[in-house]
Amino acid sequence: MPNLTTTIGPLTLKNPTILASGIMDEDAGSIRRMIAGGAGAVVTKSIGITPRDGYPNPTVVETTCGLLNAMGLPNPGIDTFTTELDELKKSPVPVIGSIYGKDAEEFKILAKKMQHHHADALELNVSCPHAKHYGMEVGMDPDILADITQAVTTAVHIPVFVKLSPNVTDITSLAQAVQEAGADAIVAINTLKGMTIDLDLRRPVLANKTGGYSGPAIKPVGIRCVYDISQHVTIPVIGVGGITTGTDVIEYLMAGASAVQIGTAVYLRGPSVFSLITKELRAWLTKHHVDNLADLIGAAHP
Amino acid sequence: MNTPRITTIRSVKHETSTVTTFTFQDPVSIVPGQFYMIWIPGVDEIPMSVSSISPSLKGITFRRVGDATEALEKRGKGDAIGIRGPYGNGFSLRGRRPIFVAGGTGAAMLAPAVERMQQQHKHTTVIIGAKTKDDLFFEHRLTRTGAKVLVTTDDGSKGFHGFATDLAKNILQQNPYDTMYTCGPEPMMKALLSLRLPPVFEASIERYMKCAIGLCGQCCIGEGLRVCADGPIFDATTLRKIPEFGRYQRDAAGRKVSLS
Repeated sequence: MPNLTTTIGPLTLKNPTILASGIMDEDAGSIRRMIAGGAGAVVTKSIGITPRDGYPNPTVVETTCGLLNAMGLPNPGIDTFTTELDELKKSPVPVIGSIYGKDAEEFKILAKKMQHHHADALELNVSCPHAKHYGMEVGMDPDILADITQAVTTAVHIPVFVKLSPNVTDITSLAQAVQEAGADAIVAINTLKGMTIDLDLRRPVLANKTGGYSGPAIKPVGIRCVYDISQHVTIPVIGVGGITTGTDVIEYLMAGASAVQIGTAVYLRGPSVFSLITKELRAWLTKHHVDNLADLIGAAHP
Repeated sequence: MNTPRITTIRSVKHETSTVTTFTFQDPVSIVPGQFYMIWIPGVDEIPMSVSSISPSLKGITFRRVGDATEALEKRGKGDAIGIRGPYGNGFSLRGRRPIFVAGGTGAAMLAPAVERMQQQHKHTTVIIGAKTKDDLFFEHRLTRTGAKVLVTTDDGSKGFHGFATDLAKNILQQNPYDTMYTCGPEPMMKALLSLRLPPVFEASIERYMKCAIGLCGQCCIGEGLRVCADGPIFDATTLRKIPEFGRYQRDAAGRKVSLS
């Protein structure tokens, strides 16, 4: 039986599939269902200081080979969300708290509260492509990004991951800035900024007009980013973007990822997608006589 | 593909002072109890159960309750709306002697189920509960199916004076029904759960929805049950395990809001 264990800093995952932020993760019951579906770790909805309704619908629309979404960071606010986190105190897999804020101070407050309420690690959402004054706007400038990362890493003792946007000229320089600021891992990539227009009505379908594109179509972009980033940093990279099957995971591992996140595939294959992918991984490793999944990390690099 | 299809409103009927029915063309197959996401361009997109089903025409019946339904109500014949779906599981439509309990606008989604069962020559009973006689709709439509239709009003202005659950309790003791289908205010459906129920009980649950394709988690209840994809129809065993059933729902930000 091949060994699917992987590590990200001090965290050990029984398998490399992690629930991506924003999918079935706004309440403890939903997160428990994803854990029951086989996730090796889970990331929460992105949580801010105050409650946010998000954008009006339509917030999600399907397009060729993927989904376009502009949820608008809906969340109940950290002080309400911590009651959900408390329910997950005895989670059998690591719970990673995703947070967003407008500046380093907000990120610091959120990080401390997440840690106090048993989060095993943090993911800084500095890459949401559709929320004004949050997300991508703070995550495109290496100096601001380093500032936020440093503020958080010095404020907490749990590992800090930073999720990067592909909607930038040079993702590797951002990755380097984040590493120098003390991040424990990089998560790449967030969704690609996009739009879809209804021809009959001659208007964008999403209420926010633009949204983040996810799903199978963006996998080559994610693979390229993970490959480039892992050549320029020494900290682990968590790959995300279009992962639907076991071989997609293998490809991300070979590109340099130590683990992966899965979002859109929960829609494509259902809540047990993590178990399905893990089974496919095991079959691939057995067929190719690979004993340890971790041996494949970075295999495509010269 | 889960993308809105644009269709135009074919007919408009005002059922009561606050309840309206639209029909539109959509030649898809629908199980009674399923719902559409209705896009009111420039306003919102909201879930709405299907209230009439023919091979080419479908209907929705809704009460004016907020900004989206108020904007929708102002649309007229020939106006464009977006639709996607149908979504959800729908009723099982099992049983030979079914009883339906409708409260408030619940009659809208139960009506096609009653019609389907009557077409199959079942012995159907329907209880329609309303606040007053002016809030009643679909009584004649349901009577025309041959089903036994019993009306209750909270103020006694028509039919049985009291709640639909009170009448349900009385007649469940006297009649051997084998299935119960219900849609209405959640506290009403929760009250039904404590009665001596027929072997099959199915209730339609309503929650604030965003994606409607089982992904975003907005409408989840209990242990991650997605009302949009795993429901909206749930059975008694499942509902008894959901602590928030009849007690609270979540708003757009995911905060708990009391249902009572």
